[in-house]
Amino acid sequence: MNFSVVGSQFFPLLINGLALGFIYVLVSVGYTMVYGVLRLINFANSEIFMLGTFATAIVSTSVFKFNQNSQPSHGMKLFIVLLCCLLASMATSGVVAVFVELIAYRRLRTKGANRLGSLISAIGTSITLSEGVRILTHSIPVASPRVLSKFYVFKIHGVGLRIDQLLTIASGLLLFIAVDRFVTKTRMGKAIRAVSMSEENSKLMGINLNRVISLTFLIGGLVTGAAAFMYMTVYEQTVFNVGFNIGLAAFTAAVLGGIGNLRGAFYGGLALGLAEEYFSALLGSQWKEITVFVVLVLVLLVKPNGLFGEAVQQTRV
Amino acid sequence: MRLEINDIHVYYGKIEAIKGISVVVNQGEIVTLIGANGAGKTTTLKTVSGLRKVSSGQIIFDGQDISNLPAHERVEIGISQVPEGRGIFPGMTVLENLEIGKYFRKNRASEMSEDLDRVFTLFPRLKERISQAGGTLSGGEQQMLAIGRALMARPKVLLLDEPSMGLAPMMIQNIFNIITEINKSGTTILLVEQNAQQALQRAHRAYILETGNVVKEAKASDLLNDPAVRAAYLGTGAEHAV
Ligand SMILES: Nc1ncnc2c1ncn2[C@@H]1O[C@H](COP(=O)(O)OP(=O)(O)O)[C@@H](O)[C@H]1O
Ligand SMILES: [Mg+2]
Repeated sequence: MNFSVVGSQFFPLLINGLALGFIYVLVSVGYTMVYGVLRLINFANSEIFMLGTFATAIVSTSVFKFNQNSQPSHGMKLFIVLLCCLLASMATSGVVAVFVELIAYRRLRTKGANRLGSLISAIGTSITLSEGVRILTHSIPVASPRVLSKFYVFKIHGVGLRIDQLLTIASGLLLFIAVDRFVTKTRMGKAIRAVSMSEENSKLMGINLNRVISLTFLIGGLVTGAAAFMYMTVYEQTVFNVGFNIGLAAFTAAVLGGIGNLRGAFYGGLALGLAEEYFSALLGSQWKEITVFVVLVLVLLVKPNGLFGEAVQQTRV
Repeated sequence: MRLEINDIHVYYGKIEAIKGISVVVNQGEIVTLIGANGAGKTTTLKTVSGLRKVSSGQIIFDGQDISNLPAHERVEIGISQVPEGRGIFPGMTVLENLEIGKYFRKNRASEMSEDLDRVFTLFPRLKERISQAGGTLSGGEQQMLAIGRALMARPKVLLLDEPSMGLAPMMIQNIFNIITEINKSGTTILLVEQNAQQALQRAHRAYILETGNVVKEAKASDLLNDPAVRAAYLGTGAEHAV
């Protein structure tokens, strides 16, 4: 074990952990919102993320003609390119999420199928999407050319905050706050909360259940798509199964925070991002992925309701 | 307003819970369905509100067959149900619970304060607890909230499923007084109760349900004085009941 690394690298690890953590937070929101209304783990969320990463890669290379030799952009052009990539990822993931619900879950739900049926459909959808992209890309990773030159926004005593990290942290935080406020303050958001507390009683309020469920998948997808864009600005590469690790980590983060609970996804995502960075510094980077599994198993063993488990139960009467 | 339940049959899987029930509710009435546990009272109400589907028979509302209308659209045409066990959204405040009662009337924001005032006049206690979480209210307060929330939709007919369930005698009186008051101000009521004494005292007409069938239909006051009904549903000491 290398404790001195954790000490000397405390702040850099913190920044890396937060950037990773906010990506997890947003993907967790995708899992947790769907779980909140349907009590279903949407396994296809990892592929909804994956398709979002490809959207950014395709827009930057095909629309804006970036390639591995082109120079990073600046000024207005940079802003437009990033914005277009972000919107493309969000739209792709959002639309795919809505269609996944329509095609893979809705009929099962209206026919009164049990949870296991939906779960199998979720896994099937996930495999179908990732295998489809595997065939289209011949399993070859797709690099996204560097649009944003990764300069340091500031650097103090060797501790620097890179622009892509700053973007990820700031926009992750803003998006999360936006979703949280939408759900707690707006009329449609309250309908989502009502459905998550009771489907039957929501119908008695005149709430159109199918519409609320579509809206929930849309929001979950949009946020997951934003995470996909951030992932691409930081890691600059994607592959058909990129969603597997991220999806598993985000799902773990959701369980850690208490699945179905929006703020749980926030704290769970950040905690997991930080844990991954610190543990891999401590034990060696080969342990990075294993951290996720260990956390998942520990939470399920010790506190299956997650950190905010009680709040989750309260919303489930 | 006229609600007709026309020879409905309702199944849970292969089990037939409602075996041909017909009920009529006219404008301005309080009609009550009484009967033992499992008789099919809740299922009948849920079929009217659209939570359960008929396998045959019709629900006719103002001359229109609404048997296939989804539940959320029935609220829009004036049918509101207060579910058994109240169905409060526990994690929402009293105010949020009331507001969501008007969910579908999205373009009528101006009605909101008017309707809230009406509910708070009926239930001053809700106003005191406006920002308390629904799940932390007492049983009686939850019942008030459930009724108030249903009224926010401005129903033509209010379906009440055992509003007295689990309440103290004082609170039962209180709730029934308010039900009578709501009816007097023009809302038609279909009331399901196991507390037959109270229900028959308040209602105009009554139907007795047994295992998915209507076994008797009469003016409520006649049933109150019917010895057979008294023996079966009101118990011998019923004269002294609250
Ligand atoms: N969700 C359900 N699944 C299966 N059977 C049910 C369900 N709900 C009610 N039943 C059955 O339908 C019959 C009528 O029940 P219900 O309408 O709740 O009666 P009541 O409200 O008069 O007590 C009962 O035999 C009950 O067991
Ligand atoms: Mg009942």
